[in-house]
Amino acid sequence: MNTQQQVIIIGSGPAGLTAGLYAARANLKPLIIEGIEAGGQLMLTTMVENWPGYRDGIMGPDLMTELRAQAERFGAEIIQGDVSSVDLSKRPFTVNVDSTKYTAEALIVATGASAKWLDLGVDKKLSGRGVSTCATCDGFFFKGLPVAVIGGGDTAMEEAIYLSKLATRVTVIHRRDTLRASKVMQDKAMASPNISFIWNSEVVDIKDLDQGKVTSLVLRDTQNGAISELAVDGVFIGIGHVPNTALFKGQLAMHDNGYLKTHSGSRTSVRGVFAAGDVQDHVYRQAVTAAGSGCMAAIDAERFLSGTLHESHETVEASL
Amino acid sequence: MASEKVKTFTDANFGDEVKNGVVLVDFWATWCAPCRRIAPLVDQLAEEYAGKLTVAKVDIDENPMTPSKFMVRGIPTLLLFKDGELKETIVGLETKDRLTQVISKHL
Repeated sequence: MNTQQQVIIIGSGPAGLTAGLYAARANLKPLIIEGIEAGGQLMLTTMVENWPGYRDGIMGPDLMTELRAQAERFGAEIIQGDVSSVDLSKRPFTVNVDSTKYTAEALIVATGASAKWLDLGVDKKLSGRGVSTCATCDGFFFKGLPVAVIGGGDTAMEEAIYLSKLATRVTVIHRRDTLRASKVMQDKAMASPNISFIWNSEVVDIKDLDQGKVTSLVLRDTQNGAISELAVDGVFIGIGHVPNTALFKGQLAMHDNGYLKTHSGSRTSVRGVFAAGDVQDHVYRQAVTAAGSGCMAAIDAERFLSGTLHESHETVEASL
Repeated sequence: MASEKVKTFTDANFGDEVKNGVVLVDFWATWCAPCRRIAPLVDQLAEEYAGKLTVAKVDIDENPMTPSKFMVRGIPTLLLFKDGELKETIVGLETKDRLTQVISKHL
């Protein structure tokens, strides 16, 4: 395989694949490095009801299969593998995938965001032993058992609704007294007879590491500090996402929360490097906005390569 | 295409199959999207370690006893056995480099 590319796209969610589609149609023969979480967050969802053009919704994994095939149809090349390091200090840029080195004149970063864990330590140790960040993956193991979902956003509500069809009881634990989730998701969760809510509470411990499985959660009331325990067999964490930007530390400008800074469309702090999707978006984080920004990045990359990208809006302070 | 070198274990034969040598078992299900991501890696490992490592899959829908016995409560999970003894548990997606690191410790 030719390891010298015009455009490399890192990531294969809606942003990466849409960038691939546009770059391929511009005859740039893009190489997409799909990454370990290939297909992105939609691979872990069920019905996507807000992707335009599907009035009855489409399953997340099916949508990604379609997008992937569509990008490939126009000549995008998609390879398995996870990028281990990059060198953006000079062009062509270097992208290392395990022991293979690729170079590209332009780079589109679409590495997305991954589920956030609790920071307790114990949650990661009990991963696959009752702690999960993916209800559609692991809900199966909790048929007829009580589970908890942590979080108050759309992710948490989707997990709770999915699990309510399997588990005897789903308890949603949320730090505040109101949900951040969209109205339609809130209504669905509230209407489910076996979903209940514990408000103003946070998880301070998960038991039982000694037994190597989840037996209960230790909760702290954020109002009065009272400690209580909730017996569950499984706990699903839906408290948000962290951007996958570790690869670019010290090379691309980032916000304090780790998201990439972009300006004038999809440009990052390095000329020739563009960013799209959740890796640079901590506000909207939708499949459709990710796809839209993937399109922008491909157009920007194409103009950059043809020398017609205007550099008149260089406003970002490159604060590395 | 799945590698022909990857075996299929069931609840009925699991105990016998892991008794000897180094055996890597991939617990999966048809509905598990991340499992589909790890499947090609498992195939590659089977090809590359042929003769040194037995690689097998267990469909958890058809074989509920084995995952329950080893407290598998999330998939994909890879278990590595050496002469019948459970040595490693790898939960979720991992890179090939990381998997080869873990496997080579036991070969």
